[in-house]
Amino acid sequence: MAGLFNNRVVLSVLFMFPAASILLLFLTYPLALGIWMGFTDARIGRPGIYVGLEQYLSLFDDDVFWLSVFNTLVYTTVATIAKFGLGMWLALLLNQALPFKAMIRAIVLLPYIVPTVLSAIVFWWIYDPQFSIVSWSLQELGLIDHYIDFLGTPWNARWSVIVANVWRGIPFVAICLLAGLQTIPPSLYEAAALDGANAWQRFRHVTVPMLMPILAVVLTFSVLFTFTDFQLIYAITRGGPLNATHLMATLAFQRAIPGGDLGQGAAISTAMIPFLIAATVFSYYGLQRRKWQQGGDDD
Amino acid sequence: MTDVAKSPAGISDEGGMGYLISLPRRVVTIYLPLAIFLFVLLFPFYWMGVTTFKPNEELYNYSDHNPLWITSPTIANIRKLLFETDYPQWLVNTMTVAFCSTFLSIFASVLAAYAITRLRFRGAQTVGLLIFLAYLVPPSILFIPLATMVYSLGIYDSNWALILTYPTFLIPFCTWLLMGYFKSIPYELEECALIDGATRLQILWKITLPLAIPGLISAGIFAFTLSWNEFIYALAFISSTEQKTVPVGVLTQLVEGDVYHWGSLMAGALLGSLPVAIFYSFFVEHYVSSLTGAVKE
Repeated sequence: MAGLFNNRVVLSVLFMFPAASILLLFLTYPLALGIWMGFTDARIGRPGIYVGLEQYLSLFDDDVFWLSVFNTLVYTTVATIAKFGLGMWLALLLNQALPFKAMIRAIVLLPYIVPTVLSAIVFWWIYDPQFSIVSWSLQELGLIDHYIDFLGTPWNARWSVIVANVWRGIPFVAICLLAGLQTIPPSLYEAAALDGANAWQRFRHVTVPMLMPILAVVLTFSVLFTFTDFQLIYAITRGGPLNATHLMATLAFQRAIPGGDLGQGAAISTAMIPFLIAATVFSYYGLQRRKWQQGGDDD
Repeated sequence: MTDVAKSPAGISDEGGMGYLISLPRRVVTIYLPLAIFLFVLLFPFYWMGVTTFKPNEELYNYSDHNPLWITSPTIANIRKLLFETDYPQWLVNTMTVAFCSTFLSIFASVLAAYAITRLRFRGAQTVGLLIFLAYLVPPSILFIPLATMVYSLGIYDSNWALILTYPTFLIPFCTWLLMGYFKSIPYELEECALIDGATRLQILWKITLPLAIPGLISAGIFAFTLSWNEFIYALAFISSTEQKTVPVGVLTQLVEGDVYHWGSLMAGALLGSLPVAIFYSFFVEHYVSSLTGAVKE
């Protein structure tokens, strides 16, 4: 028995070694290194020395940085609300008896599968000032009389990237919520209907509470990945016009890699961490609540 | 928990009070909104395809040609992409990186997930939680320190820079997914094998892994599509044209100067999307069930 136990410990260490070494070396260490670099004046090709809070102080007086924080918050809030509203609607539609259901579900996931940058390029082309298909269609329908400058003015550009983000995010939300919907027993709806609940009341008092656990988890993931989004902005606007669509991640890249100011880029990245921790804590409580709701299976 | 079709207690999708809704009402409340959703979700792909096969004179002349249709399709854009740019090389790079990092991640994840769920060493629960937290660390806060590390390791501007860094987001995800699969395999099977004198390695290789094949396939598909789609590391760690991956290459090399060649840009997007779309279409059921399973887990 002792031999088996020893064997198990040795095996555990051996089995954990590949994953642990990769994650410690390429995830934990760079995470710490990034926080440290935020306190240095590192530039490309120069390690940099400790400068205390200097990077953060200069960011504090930096209008572009605050603009990027504002953009990130607007982008995350608006896109998340739209993704969840529309995703929930799509999930409810897909939960009905439909012909070709499996095929429809597969098609719905396509925007999520295709590389984000490549679909973002398509949106860039759709938003072209001269040859936008959206402007052309609206003009043919007689709804507008001149082409929309989608990416030319700050608020137009913000709405345009938000729409692209929502387009890409709906499938993930819808498919996950659909999975949640399918675990709700139909008898609950029947009981509520017999008690005189109308469709909205059934949604509000049966669907939403039953979906809450999965909703909390999907919401956390969605907020986290929208908040740290990089590729969509980089592909469509690169932060323009006049930094109006710069998110914290794109600004960090801009300052660190093309700009060469690694220290400042690292400081901007580090400034994102408090938000991420808030989202993670939220996820943790979401998971806890789910266990409680399902009868406390603690595995 | 992992398969939607077999959700608890055999609840069918069609259950409930759907039969109470009349057909005209169904058309307005269900089919019409659904049709609009599908149209919006699919239109960019249609537009991508149409632009790819359009000749330039149709592409930039909306008054004589209806932009929604092609009157004289051409493969000039694709030919230009394949023979006048480094696109084939980018495809090779992307595939190499995706296959190698997927293989590496699955290997590490299988061992880690098995150790956490089956060997149950002290602190296994904590390690499981830490791995979940690792998945929540986004690449956009890691790429700057990683760039300096990659540079000092001497693998900057090579496939290795990506093969070694992609597992940072692949391993947490795959481990988490496989832990769910391993938990669903009855422990009694392993106990029987232990009593019959099998070693732990034999059990993993001959009992657990064959039973976890659906999980391995899902993890593999996920890892492959995630590494195919990855952008920020590939943008930051690669500088020379012939080392780039498809997403980075299309965006940075095809958009030089003021004139955007939308035809070849869209061709690049189409050809870059097709491999993952085809790959995914074979395994769509696995994909959907593990996507939802992983979230429910």
